Amino acid sequence: MTTGSGTAAVGRVAAAKKIRQYKKKSQMRTIWLRLKKNRLAMLGLVLFAAMAIVVLSADLFMDYEEDAVAQNLSMRFRPPSGEHLLGTDQFGRDVLARVIYGGRISLFVGMATICVSLTAGAIIGASAAYYGGRVDNILMRIMDVFLAVPNILMAITLVAALGTSLFNLVLAMGISQIPRMSRIVRSSVLGIIGQEYIEAARACGTGDARIIFRHILPNAMGPILVQATQTVARSVITIASLSFIGLGISEPTPEWGSMLSEAKGQLRYRPYLAVAPGVAIVMAVMSLTLLGDGLRDAMDPRLKN
Amino acid sequence: MFRYIVKRLLMIFPVILGVTFLIFSIMNLTPGDPAIMILGEGARPEQYEALREEMGLNDPFLVRYARYVGDAARGDFGRSYRTNIPVFQEIATRVPYTLNLAVTSTLIAIVLGLPIGVLSAVRQYTIVDNVTLGASLLLTSMPAFWFAMMLILLFSLKLRLLPSLGVDSWRHLILPAIATSAHTMASLLRMTRSTMLEVIRQDYIRTARAKGAKESRVIFGHALRNALLPVVTIIGVNFGIALGGAIVVEQVFAIPGLGQLMINAIRAKDTPMVIAAVLFAAIIASVVNLVVDIVYVYIDPRLKSKYVTRKAKKVTV
Repeated sequence: MTTGSGTAAVGRVAAAKKIRQYKKKSQMRTIWLRLKKNRLAMLGLVLFAAMAIVVLSADLFMDYEEDAVAQNLSMRFRPPSGEHLLGTDQFGRDVLARVIYGGRISLFVGMATICVSLTAGAIIGASAAYYGGRVDNILMRIMDVFLAVPNILMAITLVAALGTSLFNLVLAMGISQIPRMSRIVRSSVLGIIGQEYIEAARACGTGDARIIFRHILPNAMGPILVQATQTVARSVITIASLSFIGLGISEPTPEWGSMLSEAKGQLRYRPYLAVAPGVAIVMAVMSLTLLGDGLRDAMDPRLKN
Repeated sequence: MFRYIVKRLLMIFPVILGVTFLIFSIMNLTPGDPAIMILGEGARPEQYEALREEMGLNDPFLVRYARYVGDAARGDFGRSYRTNIPVFQEIATRVPYTLNLAVTSTLIAIVLGLPIGVLSAVRQYTIVDNVTLGASLLLTSMPAFWFAMMLILLFSLKLRLLPSLGVDSWRHLILPAIATSAHTMASLLRMTRSTMLEVIRQDYIRTARAKGAKESRVIFGHALRNALLPVVTIIGVNFGIALGGAIVVEQVFAIPGLGQLMINAIRAKDTPMVIAAVLFAAIIASVVNLVVDIVYVYIDPRLKSKYVTRKAKKVTV
């Protein structure tokens, strides 16, 4: 009797376990669980989160105008010390404060670039894949032309034509990323378009726009998300490069590339000025790359389990 | 085969025409009147108007574009607003520096990236592999210009081995080329590693080993030849990136190449110069891509057989 109820209980527990095992986890949750096991990806995520927290909360422990912008000529070129952990630059400004506030620009431009290129890329790529045929052909040939111009050259040309301002910079970098983005969107949408649920939606009389934005794009999100992480990483480098050659963010706004441009002249006698902004760029790009690689692996169905 | 090459060659013209249109229309957005740029602020309104008429600036956009393409096809890219020298003349003296830098850096990337990638794949999960992957991650995460500054710091200022500025000898090329090659090298290395890992697990590699072929022959004769195909395609794509990188790296080493010309032209709002400089860089990138595509046909037997002429096919059948 007791053993009977015991086995029944064990059976119930096992059944419940089995049900839980088969109960469908949301896709995002599965990806997160697999991402969590990837140590390098988690390192990237933690590093990026830490940088983002420091950059966004900078106002709590320092003052933008006073620490990062205001010149203090009596404090020029102080080497790293207890008071100024990374030293001061040629206008006596604290390098650490400028590196931290410089992160704001990189973070903002990176995110804004994604917004521009993702929006345009999603519309172009999804319509190319969805309508196919002539539309696809025309859109992709136009993208080929864009792709023929190396990325940074495209950004340089746009900045040259529009002029240097934060808004134009975002626009230039966003536009130069559109072709790559629309290609990724197109190929991942193409993989979904033949699925039955799309046919079902169409049979219900759903409109094109609703099918694209409601049914296709959310399911095509995986590769797009990976691409987005990589685009932010690349944008951090591109904006620094543009500022370095004097076509990006200009003085006195702190930005990693323009800080390095100033440090270039001081390389012989004050090399420490060139180290911190570069390390900041490497940390930002590397953390995003690790995270992107981890996301790609976590979403790859071939690598499941 | 021949047909494929001709087809591929013909495909480049619409792309170049499209790129010209793209750059021409973007630069057309530049605010400011070229007539004022050239004559300065002090001239009379009639003079501005006459110059505008003479330069054809009053014509509709498409007419100006068509004229630009027509002139460009004959080698006339207009005159600099600033110096009045033909743009082409100026660019022709600058292109070799940039091209030299981009090509050398790509060669360095191939020479170092391929063998290290193979080594990394053959010794998967060992310390060699981990160090290589770590290094390639670092190389892709660094902006080329910062890498260049760090190289100057170490090799020119601390060790005093190599010059940090100028273009006088081949020694001046070493540091800029290494700095520019970082990105290409890292991506070639990673690509070689991952395709080698795939190929190494194939049956024909086991067969080659089973019949007693030497390990070096298995790796380089059987595996690498097949792993090389996807690697070659990314060389073309990366050349564009290397060219863009070269343009920025030039600024660090004071190399008087296309980048310096472009940046000075942008600062001076010298539109014809900017258009031509960007156009040249884009055309060079496209042509290299084309060459890589053609080379690809030669090394990929599958593509080769797809494009053999009918006559040749009959012979083989």
